[in-house]
Amino acid sequence: MLSEDAGLDVPESPDSPDSPESQSENRIYAPASMTLTAGRDKSSRPEAGDVVFRSGEITALLGPTGSGKSRFLSDIESLACGDTPTGRTLLLDGRAPDADERFELQGRLVAQLTQNMNFVLDMNVRDFVLAHAMSREVADPEAAARRVLDAANALAGEPFGPGAQLTQLSGGQSRALMIADTALLSWSPVLLIDEIENAGVDKRRALDLLLASDKIIVIATHDPVLALSADRRLVFEHGAVRAVQARTGAEEAILTRLEHMEVEISRVRAMLRAGETLD
Amino acid sequence: MRLITVAGPPSCGKTSVVAKACGVLQGNGQACAVVKFDCLQSRDGDLYRAAGVPVSVAFSGGLCPDHFFATNLEEAFAWGVESGAQVGLIETAGLCNRCSPHIRGALAVCVIDNLMGIDAPEKIGPMLRMADIVIVTKGDLVSQAEREVYRYRIRQMNKRAVIRHVNGLTGQGCAELAAIMAKAPDIDSVTDMRLRFSMPAAVCSYCLSETRIGGRYQKGNVKKAKFAGGVHAE
Repeated sequence: MLSEDAGLDVPESPDSPDSPESQSENRIYAPASMTLTAGRDKSSRPEAGDVVFRSGEITALLGPTGSGKSRFLSDIESLACGDTPTGRTLLLDGRAPDADERFELQGRLVAQLTQNMNFVLDMNVRDFVLAHAMSREVADPEAAARRVLDAANALAGEPFGPGAQLTQLSGGQSRALMIADTALLSWSPVLLIDEIENAGVDKRRALDLLLASDKIIVIATHDPVLALSADRRLVFEHGAVRAVQARTGAEEAILTRLEHMEVEISRVRAMLRAGETLD
Repeated sequence: MRLITVAGPPSCGKTSVVAKACGVLQGNGQACAVVKFDCLQSRDGDLYRAAGVPVSVAFSGGLCPDHFFATNLEEAFAWGVESGAQVGLIETAGLCNRCSPHIRGALAVCVIDNLMGIDAPEKIGPMLRMADIVIVTKGDLVSQAEREVYRYRIRQMNKRAVIRHVNGLTGQGCAELAAIMAKAPDIDSVTDMRLRFSMPAAVCSYCLSETRIGGRYQKGNVKKAKFAGGVHAE
């Protein structure tokens, strides 16, 4: 609160009204599809075709540094309308958003799970998730917060309680909470994942939880298991999408084999941590 | 000249954000000029010059930086106009968090970063509450959940503002900010315009360079707090 002699507060109008932006902040917005129209590569050659994303579907982006992945993601985030170097346009449910819609969605269309492994806010887990639930104006914030905590604990190798400080969670616990919170409470209809590490998080369950959120999911990854978990892969070269590859039956078999190897590695890790011998 | 005030706590990324947004504006053919108000020293002039943005830096030195800012606004505006700028930005070094440099009728921007702690939006006070645009920096260093909760706290303090995340290092989000800045009110003169929030009352012995501690050295506009249970002890 301001102290009594803090200063003269002069509002612009008698009762400063909420901005259109703030009024629409909690309206649920979930496009069933998102299209990035074909643009051009670094030599201005046209891209092969449009890329259509659907909710509940995972797309992986692959290609070396400088091949155009970041530019592609930034075209999505900035709701490109032919105004970026690639010339792409973003369509939501097949339609280019008008100026007002673009303005409202800027910075909010895409939620990001980056490689960040630590929280910085000085709050405990319960207060933090509750604050997030309240910001979304959900009917029962307490229950929503409990669901997030339960989901996070299902992903984390080592459970944690509601009173734990965010900054004291382990890397795996932090990641599990970030994933559960994003899946269950984030407003943004599009989710960009920048790797999910093995450290202390059940990758398969994490993807299932995120898929159940009905978001459009895009993964930028070098991890073969994550890349193969995607329904399809976009391969980048020279600033444009070079190929769109759907997962084949043979690849599915390889994915299963790799997943088994990961389970085995996790099992051995858990045994070694518990001081058991592997004979 | 279109006039924009930019305020925010020290080291939150004001200069990086403003320099990048000016780069976008200048790329679109709109001449910019920046006046930086600071207290004792600053390297920000070099940063703006390196970015190709005309800049003038003013130090308040021994004076209250807020009062110094208010008493130099006309001259700062005149300099911007003389330098041929179509968009003039006035950046202040956060002053003391008590004040807000924002002016009624000019575009008011507040910059804060995502690392400042969950209560920062409340502590920062008028420079955030009175802003038209709140720019949040360093979002790449925190989680999606923290960004969203922090944004909610900002919204609680300012119902009207447009809130945007900008990365001052990569410039991500600066094009969108520049598009808003390009529509700032076009103003002929700041004379007779009004601050959105009054400056602190002053003139006590410490305003006149007193350095000794103790009641006997205190003269003028002195206010004593009540500790433990008093109105200022909450």
